[in-house]
Amino acid sequence: MSLRGAASNLVNWVDYRLPIIKTWKTHMSEYYAPKNFNFWYFFGVLALVVLANQLLSGIWLTMFYVPTAEGAFNSIEYIMRDVSSGWVIRYMHEVGASFFFIVVYLHIFRGLMYGSYQRPRELIWIFGMFIYCLMMAEGFLGYVLPYGNMSYWGAKVILNLIGAIPVVGEGLQVWVQGDFAVGGATLGRFFALHVALVPLILIVGVFLHIIALHQVGSNNPEGIEIKAHLDADGNPLDGIPFHPYYTVSDLTPVVVFLILFFACIFYFPGGGGYFIEPPNYLPADQLSTPDHIAPVWYFAPFYAMLRSVTLDVLGLDAKAWGLLIVSGAMVTLFLLPWLDKSAVKSIRYKGWVSKVMLLLFAISFVSLGILGAKPADWAPTWVAPGFTMVYFAYFLAMPVYTRLEKTKIVPSRIGESSG
Amino acid sequence: MGRQSLHALLLTSAVICILPLCSTASSNPRELLRSGIDIHNKASLRRGVRLYMNYCATCHSAKFMRFERLSEDLEMAPEVVMTDLVRFGASKLSDTIPAAIDSETAEKSFGVAPPDLTLVAKYRGIDWVYSYLMGFYKDSSAPTGYNNHLLENVAMPWVMASLQEASSEKEFSELMRDLTNFMAYMSEPVRPFRESFGKYVLGFLMILLVSVRLLKNEYWRDMNEQ
Repeated sequence: MSLRGAASNLVNWVDYRLPIIKTWKTHMSEYYAPKNFNFWYFFGVLALVVLANQLLSGIWLTMFYVPTAEGAFNSIEYIMRDVSSGWVIRYMHEVGASFFFIVVYLHIFRGLMYGSYQRPRELIWIFGMFIYCLMMAEGFLGYVLPYGNMSYWGAKVILNLIGAIPVVGEGLQVWVQGDFAVGGATLGRFFALHVALVPLILIVGVFLHIIALHQVGSNNPEGIEIKAHLDADGNPLDGIPFHPYYTVSDLTPVVVFLILFFACIFYFPGGGGYFIEPPNYLPADQLSTPDHIAPVWYFAPFYAMLRSVTLDVLGLDAKAWGLLIVSGAMVTLFLLPWLDKSAVKSIRYKGWVSKVMLLLFAISFVSLGILGAKPADWAPTWVAPGFTMVYFAYFLAMPVYTRLEKTKIVPSRIGESSG
Repeated sequence: MGRQSLHALLLTSAVICILPLCSTASSNPRELLRSGIDIHNKASLRRGVRLYMNYCATCHSAKFMRFERLSEDLEMAPEVVMTDLVRFGASKLSDTIPAAIDSETAEKSFGVAPPDLTLVAKYRGIDWVYSYLMGFYKDSSAPTGYNNHLLENVAMPWVMASLQEASSEKEFSELMRDLTNFMAYMSEPVRPFRESFGKYVLGFLMILLVSVRLLKNEYWRDMNEQ
């Protein structure tokens, strides 16, 4: 029997017991994706690439990392100096964390632009936001593990927020950090959460995100439902099979991404103090507070919101208000599918108010990011609350402006002019 | 699709390029001198490690830096490293760089324990180290007779005062550049290798880029003809 015949027999043997051919067809060779994907549609697949990178490099790091107050910092230098190729694995993980957020922020922005969260894709959006929250948890937990001085003080600032929750806060904080102060007990549990629990849920989240996407099909820059026009075989006229067309065309952005990623790893691994903050090259020291405790850049927009309240009002202190605002900012993201009342999906067919609001939202998010990375007195005190309000206005005013604005008529087929 | 990939490349590179610009603004560059080190210059690194062992290692440890590693990286024969550099309680090539005096004695003498210097070029910055070394000046009011422009009332006595007096300004700045270069190397010994090896990785990926692009064109040809 030829090798090909043997392989085919094996596939048939497995397929009789496990639906591999059907799965392949549903999700790859007969998954019809709109033919007009553009640049913005690269970031989903890139996020999967970075996820794989994080999982693999992370597994290797766990082989050498020591999750104790005495051993953590030294074990990182051990990985950087004595472990064979340890440095490149550590840099892949560390640069990968920042690239994960770059890619995911652009992926989310794509969703906002083209209305990818709208009916019938609400669950895809919700799973996506769920993944985003888990990524932030994962990023925070991971940042504490090297147990440098910024790890320590960053953890302290964030864990103190839990303490700011009225009534139960203080007890909860001690329960979460495992001690009355950040220490070895905190590292042990953060390590367990960072390498086991959170990634496990994250993978389930990604799985659900993709299954839900393939159930309803991908949106596209025009916001046209390709399933509305089918050919004689029941396949979308404006769709093309994901495999081989998008699998091969996605290889180009993946390699471009890898070029940028490895350029960063080999020539720019600290990200100019943004991927690894310089105080993190000092071991954790509870007696020496860094001059300026700044979060890693991907948390900076929310950190700016957290600090935006400086007054104790209505019986809550400023810190509790900050926490409330950040929680509100996250919850609002989840509600987006029900806030957009527009008859059209894509920004291309929405009115000018939506376009201006999206632009203002993008500007305010980036500005909050810059503010959050700078010391609190870097800008006048009204700036951060101002941008925070723009952030909320984009979402909370959306039911009004999307309902009132005049939209353009969406063509029924991709490539047709409207009307 | 060609235009879109270009679009992709431009936007993503813009994101990457903005980051270093932000960083220079945040690290308080106003008083710092530019070190101008060349981490690939092994002769400079060898001069630097000798200065380091003669002047700095008296009080400061470098507890993550092994003699063995610098023997390999700086192309110094193990015998030379053993006779010229390994001292102060270190006895083997696999030992890390110790300090001559223990930190408690040092703390009693100077008021603060001398910090470990392995990672100082990382947490302070390379230009900071160079500026600090170049920043000592005579000050009769200071307990040690010297003060520093960068760290006012620094506890460290100016151990290189006699060297500085015996050298011209240009010679001394060259010596401090060598020492800074070694401290930059010590903070990340893999850096010279990482920078020279990176070219090959990126070169490979460029070739891969051309081939995946051609593969895509092959598959999409029929699509574009429709």
